[in-house]
Amino acid sequence: MRQLTLAIAVALTGAAANAEEMKMAVTTSFHNSGLADVLLPEIKQDTNIDVQLLVVGTGQAIKLGEAGDVDAVLVHAKAAEEKFVAEGHATHRREIMYNDFVIIGPKEDPAGAREADSAGAALSAIAEAEAPFVSRGDDSGTHKKELSLWSAAGFGIGAQGDWYNAVGAGMGAALNTASGLNAYIMSDRASWLNFGNKGDLELLFAGDPLLFNQYAYLPVDPAKGDHVKSDLAEELEVWLTSARAKELIDGYQIEGEQLFTFNAEMTDMSKAAE
Amino acid sequence: MNDLWDGLINAAWLVISFDADLYEIAARSLRVTLAALLIASAIALPLAALLAVQRFRFRRATIAVLNALMGLPPVVVGLIVYVFLSRSGPFGVLGLLFTPTAMIIAQVIIIVPLIASIAHQSLRELWAEYHDLLISMNAGRVQRIITLLWDGRRALLTAALAGFGRGVGEVGAIMIVGGNIDHLTRVMTTAIALETGKGNFALALGLGFVLIALSIMVNLAIHRLSQTETEGRW
Amino acid sequence: MSALLPMRATGACVHRRGKRLIGPIDLVLDGQGITALIGPNGAGKSTLLKALHGLERLSAGRIEWACPQARAEQLQAFVFQTPVMLRRSVLDNLTYPLRLVRTPRAAARAAAAEWCARIGLEGMEARLATVLSGGEKQKLALARALITRPQVLFLDEPSASLDGRATREIEALLMLATGAGTRIVMATHDMGQARRLAREVVFMRSGEVHEIAAAATFFDAPRTDAARAFLAGDIVD
Repeated sequence: MRQLTLAIAVALTGAAANAEEMKMAVTTSFHNSGLADVLLPEIKQDTNIDVQLLVVGTGQAIKLGEAGDVDAVLVHAKAAEEKFVAEGHATHRREIMYNDFVIIGPKEDPAGAREADSAGAALSAIAEAEAPFVSRGDDSGTHKKELSLWSAAGFGIGAQGDWYNAVGAGMGAALNTASGLNAYIMSDRASWLNFGNKGDLELLFAGDPLLFNQYAYLPVDPAKGDHVKSDLAEELEVWLTSARAKELIDGYQIEGEQLFTFNAEMTDMSKAAE
Repeated sequence: MNDLWDGLINAAWLVISFDADLYEIAARSLRVTLAALLIASAIALPLAALLAVQRFRFRRATIAVLNALMGLPPVVVGLIVYVFLSRSGPFGVLGLLFTPTAMIIAQVIIIVPLIASIAHQSLRELWAEYHDLLISMNAGRVQRIITLLWDGRRALLTAALAGFGRGVGEVGAIMIVGGNIDHLTRVMTTAIALETGKGNFALALGLGFVLIALSIMVNLAIHRLSQTETEGRW
Repeated sequence: MSALLPMRATGACVHRRGKRLIGPIDLVLDGQGITALIGPNGAGKSTLLKALHGLERLSAGRIEWACPQARAEQLQAFVFQTPVMLRRSVLDNLTYPLRLVRTPRAAARAAAAEWCARIGLEGMEARLATVLSGGEKQKLALARALITRPQVLFLDEPSASLDGRATREIEALLMLATGAGTRIVMATHDMGQARRLAREVVFMRSGEVHEIAAAATFFDAPRTDAARAFLAGDIVD
C-alpha cells in the first residue's frame, strides 16, 4: 500500500530530484524579506540539500515541529523557542541572525510617533492620539513582540480601544490592512521594504534596541522518528553558521539597506575559514 | 483600478513570455485538481445514483449530511487532513504531508459532497421519469444505476465542472496540507495568496486572471469533448 | 403454450394513504387475444394494470401467475399512457431491454433494426428518442415492449391523444402481437377501439370490477345498468 501511494505521489509530482530534500518551517516575515531566495540556491550548491520552505506563522511553525512534520524550524520568538527546546521537540536552539522591527504609519503622522525617543514612547503617542493601529493578532513572533512592547510601555494587553485593530493575519495581509486604513503598524523591516502596496504609509520610527528581532534555528529532535532528517538538519546548521552564510546574510540589501545582521556563534572551523 | 490594468498586463506578459514558474504552477494546479476531480467523480457519481434509486434507512440523513458538507469550510477540511497525515497522526508513516497527494486528498474531500449533491438533484429527476419503466423492465439495482449515470451524463458533467471550479479555486485546505512549497506544492491559488501577502497586487491579479482563463479553457474543452461524443452517437 | 397463464387475482386491493384505490378484485386472465379495460375516469383502470404488473403494492389479496414470480416478471411488459423515452437514440431505446437480459450486442442491434423498420422509423435509428413526435414515441414504446416477446403485455391508454393515423398503426401492431401469441390487457377510453380489438371486456367502476363479458356480448347487451349507461354516453361514477 505504501509503495503504491509513493508511486502515485511520485507520478503526480514528477519529482525525481537527486538532491536530498528536507523541510524547514520559517516565518512569513523571514520569507517576505527575500533572503530565502538568496540563501536557498547557495545552500543547494554547497551542500546539495534542497530545503523546502513551509512559510507559516511562528505558532504554526512550532506546531509543525512538535508534530515532526518538518525537520527544522527557523523562527523569532525566544520564549516559545525555549519552551520548544525544554519540551524536547528540538535538540537545541542556535541563534543565527537578527533583523529589526520598525513602526510604520501615515505620512502625516497624526500621533507624532516620528519624534518619539523610544519604541515605548512611539506606541504611547499612538495610543494617546487613539490613532488607528493594526496588530497582527495571530500569535506570531511579530505579534508577541508587539504585545511585549505595549506592556513595556504600560498598556495592558487588550486594554486598547476601537482604534486598535487586531486583524489575525500574516504580515503582508496586515500591511495591506494598514495601508487601506492608513493606520500605524509594527512590521519587520524586511517585510516593509519588500512590500509593494505602501500607499500613504512611511517608516516613522526604528532603531530602539528593544525592536531587535533574533532569529534562531531549531533542529527537530531525531527521537521523533526515522523520518526526521537530522543529519541534513545538522548539515544545514553548519552551513547557516558558516562564514559563507555570514557574508550572504550581512550582504543582503534592499534599496541600499542592510536587513539582517549575522550573529551566530561560529564553530572554530568556520572561524578559521574566515 | 490601476491595479486591475496592471494585473491584466501582468497576466498577458506572464503568458506571452512563457514564464517558466507560471507554467509550472499552472500545470500543477491542473494536475492536482483534475486528479482530485477524477477520484471524487468516481466516488460521488455512483453514490448520487445509489441515493436516487435505492430507499434505505439512512438515505435522508445521508442526503442531509452531503448537503451540509457542501458548505464545509476548506480550512476545516485542510486541518482534519493535516491531523491525519501529520507525522504524529494515524497516517503519518505514509509521509504524505506537504505533497501533491495530500492536496489531492483534501480536494477530494471538499468536492465529493458538492458533486454528489448536484448530481443527486438531477439524477433524482431522471429517476422520477424512469422509475416505472425500469421497474417494469426488471432492471436490477446496478443496471438502474448505470442507466441513470449514462443517460444523465450531461447533467453529471455540469456537476463535475462545478467540482472542478471549487477545487481549482480553493486555497484554504491546500495551503495547510500542501504547505505552498516552491516547486513542490505551490499552485495558482497559493501563489496568489503569497503575492497578495507581499502586497504585489498586480502580480497576484495577473495570476488570478491566468487562473480564470485556465478554468474557462478546461470548461470549454470538456464541453467540446462531450459535444463531439454526442454528435457521434445521436 | 403460455408459461404465465392463467393469472389469478384474488381479493386484490391497493390502498394509498389510507384511501382505497381498487379492490377487492377477483379476476382470471387466460386464453388469448385482447382484453379491454374500460370504465369512467377514476374507476381504477391504471391502478389495476399496474397492480397486475407488479408496479403497485397490494394492500390485501394476491396475484398469482402460473409460474414463479421472478420468472413471471420477465415475461411481461408494460406501455405507459405517456411514453417514457430513455434519453438515448431510437435504436438504443430498442436494444435496451434486450441488453438488460444480456442479449449479445449484435443480435440486439439486428432485432432493433428490424423493429425500427416495422414501426416505420427506419432511417431515424440515430435520432434522439426524446425529440420524436407523440405518435412516434408511442410506437417506439410499444416496439420496445414487444421486442423481448413478452407473453403478457399491459397497455394504459396507448392511443390517447394520438391522431387517427398513429392510432391505426398502434392497433395494427397490437393485432400483430396477439397474432404472435402475446396476451394483451389494455385500458382504453376509446369504445371504438375496444370494439375493434377486444375479445373480452372488463368494465370497472369505483375501483371494482363491475362486469366481465365477451366483447360482442358486452357491447350488444350489457348486463348491468351502469354499463348500459356508460355505453350510452351517460355520466357514470
